[in-house]
Amino acid sequence: MSTATGDRASTRPLDVRSEFPLLRREIGGHPLVYLDSAATTQKPMAVLAAERDFYERLNANVHRGVHRLSVEATEAYEGARGQVAGLLGAEDPREIVFVRGATEAINLVAQSYARPRLSPGDEILVTWMEHHSNLVPWQLVAEQTGAHVRGIPMDDRGVLDLEAYERMLGSRTRVVAVGHVSNALGTVNPVARLAELAHGVGAAVVVDGAQSAAHVPVDVQALGADFYAISGHKAFAPMGTGALWGRLALLDEMPPWMGGGDMIRSVSFQGSTWADVPAKFEAGTPNAGGIVALGAAIEWMSAIGLDRIREHEDDLLRYGTAALAAVPGLRLIGTAPDKVAILSFVLEGVHPHDVGTILDREGIAVRTGHHCAQPVMEHFGVPATTRASLSVYNTREDLDALVAGLQRVRQLFGQE
Amino acid sequence: MDSDLRELYQQVILDHHRHPRNFGELDSPDGRAEGFNPLCGDRVNVELKFGAEGRIEHVAFTGQGCAICTASASLMTECLTGKTREEGEALVEDFRELVTGTRDAAPGDAEERLGKLAIFAGVREFPVRVKCATLPWHTFHAALASESGRVSTE
Repeated sequence: MSTATGDRASTRPLDVRSEFPLLRREIGGHPLVYLDSAATTQKPMAVLAAERDFYERLNANVHRGVHRLSVEATEAYEGARGQVAGLLGAEDPREIVFVRGATEAINLVAQSYARPRLSPGDEILVTWMEHHSNLVPWQLVAEQTGAHVRGIPMDDRGVLDLEAYERMLGSRTRVVAVGHVSNALGTVNPVARLAELAHGVGAAVVVDGAQSAAHVPVDVQALGADFYAISGHKAFAPMGTGALWGRLALLDEMPPWMGGGDMIRSVSFQGSTWADVPAKFEAGTPNAGGIVALGAAIEWMSAIGLDRIREHEDDLLRYGTAALAAVPGLRLIGTAPDKVAILSFVLEGVHPHDVGTILDREGIAVRTGHHCAQPVMEHFGVPATTRASLSVYNTREDLDALVAGLQRVRQLFGQE
Repeated sequence: MDSDLRELYQQVILDHHRHPRNFGELDSPDGRAEGFNPLCGDRVNVELKFGAEGRIEHVAFTGQGCAICTASASLMTECLTGKTREEGEALVEDFRELVTGTRDAAPGDAEERLGKLAIFAGVREFPVRVKCATLPWHTFHAALASESGRVSTE
């Protein structure tokens, strides 16, 4: 169980930094302060070792051979499927489809689930705070089918307007697509409530979990989702790994999305028949070594416990929010009561791009720009923000370094 | 504070960022273009008007960008005034070579032509910021070429 308190449970503060080789790097003579985990997390040694072990000991194509290596590689790969199922609270490992990341997972749902079901005039509701990866795939399928994409509004804290959402739901609503956690604002959305209302009008609920898997406990049953997408690289696993969870009955009905090897039952020039889920959706050789390492990442997170990770990050969020509030001219973008440790902000008179360059010279890595969420920038009337996004390996000292760096930005721009 | 940063954010650059010159729109411009950097959201609109003897009488800009982009646009409008089309194009190329570091800071014709624009030489130490400095110039180039051009850094 992902939410179980693991072996490391104790009242001591979490200290996992030493398990991350990259965090020992220096940038221009400064110790690295990595505050860009919403873009991608760093990887613990356990994950690096698992991927290396796959290639040193198990490397063979999965689901293909009768030889021992292929059998062992397949077992390791399928073992990771069970781990993802456990992390998300899936009833059956067959409900887990391995993909390259959340983007691919959402495109799969848009093309294979939604496209055959959409007619002109149907509606897809997407929140105003979505990452482009949970917006553009819906725009594409809308263009292909004549359906419409409508945005669910939010307020100035970055909290969804549930009353407006209820009014938007109707007999034409086919899909509600929502991020569990907003990458630009940190908002944790009330997915269970959104799903309950969506199901009331017969719409399917597609959840982008790219920003949640490494930060909050996830239980797809309790959330009432129909599909849930995660990216491995945002949860301590290698890039190019990810998973889609979908309800078995829905996945069974859906046509394949990509054709190729490993997704067929039989092939002839008269036609082909498809394998069962999840193989039906996994054409071609997968990133097996990466997926096995994703399993190791889940094991690593579960050993700490997602509850404990959230507690640690909540402490950083409170500390960081207070520290940034004391910086003159700083305005936080995204102040929802329920949010993760993402601190997005603008600094009066200084463009985020300049902030990012100056912080980088201090060894502080932040993201600047629109965070692939241009509608969010539009809503708050800013062209871009600076974003510090934290993870389990961050400390209060990292936030102190950020605040000191921002003071230097203000000095350089002559604001004090 | 490290010297590369001081070099990048010189007082002149910060001054033009805070008080951009020729910021605004022109009445019936002869050329106009819109520049956009989709990676960071910087946006610059450049308008120009020719005067007697085919010389640029006025260049103005509007938009929203970082200090490097805004200062580059502001200084650009000052430096282009009075230039012919050909001289303007040559300056675009000189500036591009200056900030990408393909031209040394050694004295020469280009150095003379660049004049106070030489303060942007520090940008070459920050490769990811080169596009911020060149966006207004690419946009000016597009404004010369067409009456309603659109240019993107990507």
